[in-house]
Amino acid sequence: MSPGVLQNLGIGDVAIAALLVFVNGAVSVLLKLDLERKLAWAAVRTVVQLLAIGYVLGWVFAFNRWYVVLPLMALMTLIAGVAGAQRGARTYGGQRADSIVSIWVSAWLVAAVGLFVVIRIRPWYEPQYAIPILGMILGNTLTGVSLGVERMMQELTARRDRVESALALGATRWEAAQASAREAVRAGMIPTLNQMAVVGVVSLPGMMTGQVLAGQSPLQAVRYQIVIMFLIAASSALGTVGAVLLAYRRLFSPEHHFLVARLVERRARG
Amino acid sequence: MPGCRALTASRGVHAGFVCNLSMLKHHHFPPPHAEGAALVEAHQVARRDAQRGQWLLHPTDFALHAGERAVLTGPSGSGKSVFLRALALLDPLDGGELRWHGEPVTRARIVHYRRHIAYLRQRPALLDGSVEDNLRYPYTLAAYRDERFDAARASALFAAAGRGSDFLARNTSELSGGEAQIVALVRVLQLDPEALLLDEPTASLDPESARAVEALVAGWFDQARSARATVWVSHDPAQASRVGARHLTMRAGVLEEPAARAALVQGAAQ
Repeated sequence: MSPGVLQNLGIGDVAIAALLVFVNGAVSVLLKLDLERKLAWAAVRTVVQLLAIGYVLGWVFAFNRWYVVLPLMALMTLIAGVAGAQRGARTYGGQRADSIVSIWVSAWLVAAVGLFVVIRIRPWYEPQYAIPILGMILGNTLTGVSLGVERMMQELTARRDRVESALALGATRWEAAQASAREAVRAGMIPTLNQMAVVGVVSLPGMMTGQVLAGQSPLQAVRYQIVIMFLIAASSALGTVGAVLLAYRRLFSPEHHFLVARLVERRARG
Repeated sequence: MPGCRALTASRGVHAGFVCNLSMLKHHHFPPPHAEGAALVEAHQVARRDAQRGQWLLHPTDFALHAGERAVLTGPSGSGKSVFLRALALLDPLDGGELRWHGEPVTRARIVHYRRHIAYLRQRPALLDGSVEDNLRYPYTLAAYRDERFDAARASALFAAAGRGSDFLARNTSELSGGEAQIVALVRVLQLDPEALLLDEPTASLDPESARAVEALVAGWFDQARSARATVWVSHDPAQASRVGARHLTMRAGVLEEPAARAALVQGAAQ
């Protein structure tokens, strides 16, 4: 294989790799993890979802029109927003809307900086750049948002007595909530910070690996990766802060009440 | 409630009055008091369970005047805490309003109100750190920005509760339940509230700590009897007779004042 030429994979090659799922199956059976059903479902989803997105992207890249690219990006954002609200033992009314808003605003703002200011794509909707970069930003922002809001609800539940004591002493709602909000934002930002600390040493990020596999010089690939890391960091910070503040506004009234009744246990699904 | 009012005037009963919706249909507000408005006055204050729509506190009128020591008894789950928390404005009301010195407690005044009408919960919620950290905490809040922590005064209060001067340096994690409640009470008393709303503060304390709490409250009240008031929720009849001169009962979300009702019936018979 000469540099710059990608080894094409046939369906048979993929099937061989897919057989490796039996490793997981064997582990599950041997250790009685009772995960076989989940494993099978996850394997099927991986194959179907990726094949589907492959076809969709192939078509979108070839068609190359803003009125196709933009709705696709919006759909990706919506899915990330919904997924960002699905974590944790508790929820509150409006969590999904808050998650969508915070992920949408932060990811699109930061993606715009990356695409228009740093990479300067032409045309402005160039899907080959816009879609994967937004996707990476969304994936990480959604992790930050869901961890942050989950922690916010945990902290407020655990510190309920303190929050109420503070309010009873005459604290404003922000004075009563800020310790919990701080912990929540910290929890949301930690995964990105950890990732930034080990990148290149412990982990080779997927995008960089992909670029190198596709024949780009490692130095160029690394530059892209650096840009992406900072975009991801900025967006998850922004998204986490936004989501935690939105949760705060839902859980504390302007009359400085802690609306603890709005925090409800999530009904177990399935 | 013309009968109610005439009675108040003719008997010279200027102590507060309880008139439940079930008893009286028409209520003139605010009730006339020659010596000025009540310290705290609840007008048709109500609380409802958000999910089931059930009344937690039926629309209730209540006035607390300076110089009064009210004690509230009733079965557990009858709504005593709900009522006290409503008076402290810790939960959003589902009807009615509160007046403080005759003025409605608007959103802007709510923090100020809670500073002066202090609520003490049954289970004290202290911050991590030393006793002194906890006493200093209120002074970090915007509502107390003009006030300074007075260590000598705090020590004097602890001395009145039988604790030595080294008590300020103790870590809150080492405190017994009784000591923690004494700290929570001193934290409030050092701020010179006008009224104390005590939600079974001694229910889970040893007798010695319970006596210390009662003595602290009595000491605070005696300092300025004409300007201060308490509402004390208690399970213990002996304590109820010690800490209150005005007796209220709560049953299934309905507040009653047996003495006032007896007077009313008597008045109607004449």
